[in-house]
Amino acid sequence: MSLRSPAKDQPEKFEFDNSSLEAANTIISKYPKGKQQSAVMALLYIAQKQHNNWIPLAAMKYIAKFLSMPYIKVYEVATFYSMYNLSPVGKYFIQVCTTTPCMIRGAEKLVEACKEKISKNESELSKDKSCSWMEVECLGACVNAPMMQINDEYYEDLDKEKTLKILDTILKDEKPISGSYRGRVNTEPENNRKTLMDVKNA
Amino acid sequence: MLKDQDRIFQNLYNDLGSDVNSSQKRGDWINTKDLTDKGRDWIINEVKDSQLRGRGGAGFPTGLKWSFAPKEVKSRPHYLVINADESEPGTCKDRDILRFEPHKLIEGCLLASYAVQAHTCYIYIRGEYYIEGQKLQSAIDEAYEKKLIGKNAAGTGWDLDIYIHYGAGAYICGEETALLESIEGKKGQPRLKPPFPALIGLYGCPTIINNVETIAVVPTILRRGGKWFASLGREKNTGTKIFCISGNVNNPCNVEEEMNIPLKELIEIHAGGVVGGWDNLQAVIPGGSSMPLIPKEKCETLTMDFDSLVAEKSGLGTAGIVVINKDQDIIKCMARIARFYKHESCGQCTPCREGSGWMWRMLERMAKGEATKDEVDMLGDVTNQIAGHTICAFGEGSSWPVQGLLRHFKKEIKERNKLDPIVKENKNIPYLVDQHLLDKNA
Repeated sequence: MSLRSPAKDQPEKFEFDNSSLEAANTIISKYPKGKQQSAVMALLYIAQKQHNNWIPLAAMKYIAKFLSMPYIKVYEVATFYSMYNLSPVGKYFIQVCTTTPCMIRGAEKLVEACKEKISKNESELSKDKSCSWMEVECLGACVNAPMMQINDEYYEDLDKEKTLKILDTILKDEKPISGSYRGRVNTEPENNRKTLMDVKNA
Repeated sequence: MLKDQDRIFQNLYNDLGSDVNSSQKRGDWINTKDLTDKGRDWIINEVKDSQLRGRGGAGFPTGLKWSFAPKEVKSRPHYLVINADESEPGTCKDRDILRFEPHKLIEGCLLASYAVQAHTCYIYIRGEYYIEGQKLQSAIDEAYEKKLIGKNAAGTGWDLDIYIHYGAGAYICGEETALLESIEGKKGQPRLKPPFPALIGLYGCPTIINNVETIAVVPTILRRGGKWFASLGREKNTGTKIFCISGNVNNPCNVEEEMNIPLKELIEIHAGGVVGGWDNLQAVIPGGSSMPLIPKEKCETLTMDFDSLVAEKSGLGTAGIVVINKDQDIIKCMARIARFYKHESCGQCTPCREGSGWMWRMLERMAKGEATKDEVDMLGDVTNQIAGHTICAFGEGSSWPVQGLLRHFKKEIKERNKLDPIVKENKNIPYLVDQHLLDKNA
């Protein structure tokens, strides 16, 4: 189990803006009447997007009212799932996968790169407060290992040099291109494809 | 090697495009109505004949699972839930289906929903797969636009709505009842079974839960016949399967192959061989991190299907093959897997919550050679006290890899850890105090 606790400095107020409100209502309509509690995960995510990538306690209280459910139930959900950030993270939030399949292909080099460029410790903001990084568990792109996720996008087939370049790009506040950094197509065996050749050459 | 025309996922590498028109060119959606016109029983029987077993890890016969759904819809509606919470280390097959073959999945949802009489289908995608979820959502939108789903879906007379529900980074939500809790807006903590979800599932209603790959192969099975699917592989282990080969191989890849394919063929032919040559192979995790590893000697002749791996005291699981060569420290690799389980335990059952961290801490010390010789046996003892003593299969999932390590690499661990028991040396290492307070990574 991972222990997660909310940040010390909390904003007093939180409210959905118009676009969040619209998104929230669309999501609630996906679930049967009276089961609006199902939307809590999606709503927390919307709150996180709206609030610089982290969820303050005020947002949990707001969502609890919004869905007419007890605040503690929202708090439970927000602290249970690891993708909800309970304290400030950077605008560019970097997650480096270090689980075994990535580890044996050199994920520690990616961690080294993050330590050099961003901050010594994980979950610590960079000097210009624009980025933070952390080690995470398997992100489910094992055949493209080692890899990392920056906000929503996956960056695959990396090594230290390539990671440093990507980090330089985001430190300049530019979005790097996602996908494989060895130029291979998705999950096909690089230069060794033996299957579906007709389709490839079609 | 499987013939290309027998591969179900023609667009596994996205050579052809994943939109509805290209999918229709590949044969999706062409005669969906003819299939449903043959009736529910025909669909379920055809799936039973194909001997399709669930692709999510447990390998439960799919046709049988569907037949558990109540025959008549009473006051409670039926639900179909697709498990796309792919988080097992070593596995990344569902991601490619969501990205590149979404219409196979959506059509499969329609056929399965029809068979189990569900009008609503939820697809639970792990939160990290946000981009993949967006791709699937646009495919769903396309399908609504073309009237392939929605009211009178694809002209079948059946109404079906498909919604995506995103997870938020909890591995345990891949367990079916935890997944249902999560959709209901709670913490993802597994429920006791029975009652099984087929009778009391989502919102207390009958619910059928299947993996993405299981559902995505259903349209092809119905079109080409259960007999065709059953002719691939061997008895009770039929059909094709997407294998993910990662780790120390020259060309890690996903590839769809026949069940019962030799492991050596997968590694040597499709993945370009082990880094440093076959002789440099140390061990293979055959089915995602939960499955016990297999040492090199057995990899020579091993075939990849459910039953032959069970015979080797391992399992096919999700068919995520992690190849570990001799350049790696096997104890460290397993310690990292143990850390994964420690991080992902939901905390509901004490043996798993406390035991997963205990195993991790012991393995970390063993990797450094700081454990005592007694602890090796103690580690085995801890695994036995977790497996079988928890609500869900996470207990087995976290202790099997450690048991596999002990089964095949006990000698290495013992050679590295020769310290005398602590009591004898009277060292002050607190074993049974509140361990998680000491845990820096918590």
